Amino acid sequence: MTAAASPHPEPELILRAERVTKRFGGLVAVKEVDLEIPRGSIVSLIGPNGAGKTTFFNVIVGILDPTSGHVRIGGRRLIGRPVRGWVEPVIWVLPAVIIGLLTGLAWVATANAEIAGFGAALTVFALAAMFLAAIIRPSWYLRLLHSAGVFRSAKPNEMVDAGIGRTFQNIRLFANMTARENVLVGMHSKLHSNAFDALFSTPRARNEEVRATERASELLALVGLRGRDDVVARNLPYGDQRRLEVARALASDPSLLLLDEPTAGMNPQETLNMMELIRKLRSELGVSILLIEHDMRLVMGVSDRITVLDHGDLIAEGTPEEIRRNPKVIEAYLGKPPE
Amino acid sequence: MTWWTRLRQFAGEHRSIAVLGGWVLVGALLPVLVLVPPFSTFQEQSLWLGGFANAGVFILLALGLNIVVGLAGLLDLGYAAFFAIGSYAYAFGASSFTGQHIPFWPMLIIGALAAATFGILLGAPTLRLRGDYLAIVTLGFGEIVPAIFLNADSLTRGTNGIGGVAQPELLGLKFDFSNPVPFYVTMVAILAIVMLFIYRLQASRLGRAWMAIREDELAAASSGINTVTTKLLAFALGASTAGLAGVFNASKLGIVTPDQFGFAVSFTVLAMVVLGGMGNVWGVAVGAFVLYEIQSVLLKQLNQFFHGLHVPVLENIDFVQYQFLLYGLALVGMMLLRPEGLFPSRRRQQELHAASEEIADVPPPTSAVAGE
Repeated sequence: MTAAASPHPEPELILRAERVTKRFGGLVAVKEVDLEIPRGSIVSLIGPNGAGKTTFFNVIVGILDPTSGHVRIGGRRLIGRPVRGWVEPVIWVLPAVIIGLLTGLAWVATANAEIAGFGAALTVFALAAMFLAAIIRPSWYLRLLHSAGVFRSAKPNEMVDAGIGRTFQNIRLFANMTARENVLVGMHSKLHSNAFDALFSTPRARNEEVRATERASELLALVGLRGRDDVVARNLPYGDQRRLEVARALASDPSLLLLDEPTAGMNPQETLNMMELIRKLRSELGVSILLIEHDMRLVMGVSDRITVLDHGDLIAEGTPEEIRRNPKVIEAYLGKPPE
Repeated sequence: MTWWTRLRQFAGEHRSIAVLGGWVLVGALLPVLVLVPPFSTFQEQSLWLGGFANAGVFILLALGLNIVVGLAGLLDLGYAAFFAIGSYAYAFGASSFTGQHIPFWPMLIIGALAAATFGILLGAPTLRLRGDYLAIVTLGFGEIVPAIFLNADSLTRGTNGIGGVAQPELLGLKFDFSNPVPFYVTMVAILAIVMLFIYRLQASRLGRAWMAIREDELAAASSGINTVTTKLLAFALGASTAGLAGVFNASKLGIVTPDQFGFAVSFTVLAMVVLGGMGNVWGVAVGAFVLYEIQSVLLKQLNQFFHGLHVPVLENIDFVQYQFLLYGLALVGMMLLRPEGLFPSRRRQQELHAASEEIADVPPPTSAVAGE
């Protein structure tokens, strides 16, 4: 039943967090938490308020840098403590400074104003070129960083490129854009038309746009918003807004979907529908899912494995049945029984 | 009114044709319109057309700033810097002062590219700032650039500016100060093309990304948008439009001086964008045109009008001097009465009236969803 269609005998890990710690000043929000998500599984992260669930979540989506530990996506280490970050700004200005100094010396030596003008233009060009390289991050620039020993965690948009989609605890749709536009924005990393294509309205851009619009309608239908394409997101009912967020996250064809309290603020019926949707996503699209939840019923119903956090510590890990009986978990949620 | 709805439908389906056709129509009608009273009594046709070409410079600036402020939601208070860079690029490339004689048409592109380069240089380190902080940095940049041109005496002749800037030439026709018609036609053509490009950008993947960033930057990043590149592209494209305007302006005036690019220009253009209706391309263009004509024609006419009537107090007021006071009053009134601008974009209107709607009916109006 689980869509673990991988050819490996061992289920392949899609995400592996190793000893992730996040400290805010003196407060340890997350302490050495390990988490493994096999391909095609539904894993949940639960814990009482303030347990560090959201901090952990923000680390693995690239919003916060961990104090120590790292996260691997499909075997690649994408998130970790930044190393030698100060080198990067130096690399940006170094060529410009060298060129500026050299042409400055040449100017002084020859007293030729043309050299000064040429040198100034060259310096500006070098600076602009390095800035562009830093922003576009071509492979030679990344090699340069690598050889200088610089490591930096992936940014949220790079995590999307790595195949991770997410939703937010408090809905963050583009409220004044239509449902279709929201999904199209989610598809951003899968589309390739650039500014040039847009300016000259190339066939490539137009075809891509037509296909993307069709795909957006399919995704909206999948999450149960058929025919709502042109409704402005803000005018959708609450439950539908949550569904639209899921559709937006799915638009980048993620292999792992991170859902941050997807049923927060929902009534029991909407919660049931959401459970249904989560199961459907795994069976129809084969995405793995990490669920951060408060709602115990939802978690026990859909999860393959559950990880429990309390005060930043990982206190239990196991199947729903094991977690249900684990005394530490009961204590964390209900408090210590009286002596 | 069926012809009107049919026209609107056609414009919606064939935007490029509508934009180009609209500009041809406007470009052809304006010279005729100014021959009709009362406009014909203000000044003669050639003065009007020269004024329209100057207004076009401000329309270009407003369209460019609208990309940065209206679409991507980045407040830029130093926009005149890119205007200056475009102007000086042309002055360096084609004037008797430097002795270079690069023709006008390639210089349009070069000026735009130079401005875009400086847009990237300014943007790369500063675009991670948000809101107010970005505004302050751009304000500083807007002051630094004219100051550099003012003080680099040997290269720019300081306050005197660079004179003898070359006029454009096309197929043997030399543009000159005495005949504004070629400038007018050129400006209409540039505006038509720029506006076509902006409409296409707005409806593209890139335009959606700008809107997403304006609405919610974190959600945009989590949807896979590289916010830094995307914002930078908005900055560079906005700057290149200002560069175009700068090249045109330099060639039309024949002289480039640092005082053409003060904060007043940045402020005026921003006022044009806000008054016209942020985010709405036609609205911004109309807003810029109206404001420019008010300051260059209407205020002078008011002077003459009251002077001619011998109205006691008003007779002695020089309205042109009160231009910025009037802008200020207009902006204050605008923000109080119609914050979305004279010609708002549909989206901005929704944003600005969202708050009051939410107060009006606490559960979101689900009935409005029946648009299936």
